[in-house]
Amino acid sequence: MKKKKSVVTRYNRWGYIFLIPFAVVFVTFQLIPLCTTIYNSFFENYMSGLRKVGPNFIGLKNYAKLLTEGDLGKYFCNTMIMWILGFVPQIILSLLLSAWFTNPQLRLKGQRFFKTVIYLPNLIMAAAFSMLFFTLFSKGGPVNSILVAVGVFKEPYDFMAHIGSVRGLVGFMNCLMWFGNTTILLMAGMMGIPDSLYEAAEVDGATPGQIFWKVTMPLLKPIFVYVLVTSLIGGLQMFDVPQILTNGSGDPMRTSMTLIMYLNKHLFSKNFGMAGALSVLLLILTGFLSAIVFQVTAKDEVQ
Amino acid sequence: MANHSSGKKGKGSSVHARRAVAYIVLILISFLCLFWFYVLFINASRSNSELGRGFTVLPGKYLGKNFYNLFHSSLPVVRGMVNSLIVAALSALLSTYFSTMTAYAIHAYRFAGRKAIFTFILGIMMIPTQVTALGFVKLVQSMKLEDNFIPLVIPTIAAPMTFFYLKQYMDSNLPGELLEAARIDGAGELRIFNTVALPLMKPAIAVQAIFAFVTSWNNYFTPSLILHKDKVKTLPILIAQLRAADWLKFDMGQVYAMIAFSIFPVIIVYLILSKNIVGGLAAGAVKG
Repeated sequence: MKKKKSVVTRYNRWGYIFLIPFAVVFVTFQLIPLCTTIYNSFFENYMSGLRKVGPNFIGLKNYAKLLTEGDLGKYFCNTMIMWILGFVPQIILSLLLSAWFTNPQLRLKGQRFFKTVIYLPNLIMAAAFSMLFFTLFSKGGPVNSILVAVGVFKEPYDFMAHIGSVRGLVGFMNCLMWFGNTTILLMAGMMGIPDSLYEAAEVDGATPGQIFWKVTMPLLKPIFVYVLVTSLIGGLQMFDVPQILTNGSGDPMRTSMTLIMYLNKHLFSKNFGMAGALSVLLLILTGFLSAIVFQVTAKDEVQ
Repeated sequence: MANHSSGKKGKGSSVHARRAVAYIVLILISFLCLFWFYVLFINASRSNSELGRGFTVLPGKYLGKNFYNLFHSSLPVVRGMVNSLIVAALSALLSTYFSTMTAYAIHAYRFAGRKAIFTFILGIMMIPTQVTALGFVKLVQSMKLEDNFIPLVIPTIAAPMTFFYLKQYMDSNLPGELLEAARIDGAGELRIFNTVALPLMKPAIAVQAIFAFVTSWNNYFTPSLILHKDKVKTLPILIAQLRAADWLKFDMGQVYAMIAFSIFPVIIVYLILSKNIVGGLAAGAVKG
């Protein structure tokens, strides 16, 4: 390829030219906003009624305030609880389905249909899906009417007024929206495991359970870690579903308020100092998690 | 979780039993995925007073009427649909064209810093848009671009995820010899990109265009920070507005019609294109 050096270098500079749109847009709309966000986190800058306070440089006081005074810990726990409520059933379901889909013995028919159906909820507008669940699970909604008719409840249950049911609904919606995607990722991983390994394990007399835990899972580890950590990163960004379901209030008693809902609140009330500090903390957290993903998967992609 | 087991003893019957269990579970899960949309369709076709009387299995006759009322309500839904379509279509177009260009730069040329740039783009892939939202809003305000679609559309040009998928596809589907041949024929580099590389990338671009479209169509966080005037609001913002209103006073038939109006177009397009989407996902996932 590098026979005619001068010609090669002449057209290779087009590599830089083709990178210009990406670079310009990235710098303008991501890098500069990122810097402004970090910069703002060191300033006192908020609205007190109609009076604007700041911007005054206050160093790390926003961070101190965020970590000690506010309900940051509570919102972090809310986010994690709702993520776990969605992730645990999601990963169990996805492991089960991907094992079935890739099992050559079972030869399941209609796989295209099932895959199409389980992936469908992922494409639905989270805001609309959440609004749908809000109406379906409201006190006079169809779910209550069915459950009362069947005899599960004596009288309509107010799903929106109880901590467990609100968090449960958020977890359930997240699970429903993401298990299809996870199944497809895990399937790709399982199809990469050579059949000869399974055959060898069978010859050695391993039980199906042993095969799953001792052959499939260890070989699936990289993609499993990828799924786990990307889901966690996505979980930290949880916003649309609880925001619409609870109309931004995180009710009951802010037990379903997530970190990004909290950020959104600060952005709307123009408390830029606190919003900045919260953003930076989230950035550090996601950066740390991304580094794990990067270690596990992207390392060998760079040729 | 009896994966890949083929114990020689009682093989036939156990496989049959496991297959039966698998089908039952799959059907239950499919039901769980589709049930909500079925209820949505039924309820969107019933009048407010019918809805008050509880759930029925069969649809009512008010589907047309509910949509008529919705289009003539105070909520600018038709405008919202048009806005969502414009933003989503432009995002899909720009993000795929320029991500292909970025991937092509890394794939087809050998220049100093190439590997570093590739690693860098992978590294920023996971940065959530929310953490830069504060700076982004301030930037948009200082550019006087509030209530404008530009800050929603232009940033999609830098889409690391789309870039990564297209780069993967290029590695196995865009041989260097082909580009070399075009070069010998005297074609310019931009021309080679547009007439040789782009057409070969069509299947991958189609998949990514669909995803970019859907992502933009569903996006709520960023638009809600930038679009304030009724004239420019997109569907997710209108949904949030509907939720924020004192919804008990609403005609529930209209509420369901509004939700259906935001969800069903995507479902229909998805069902038409599902073969490409699910297949394309698997193709991208093999390495991802």
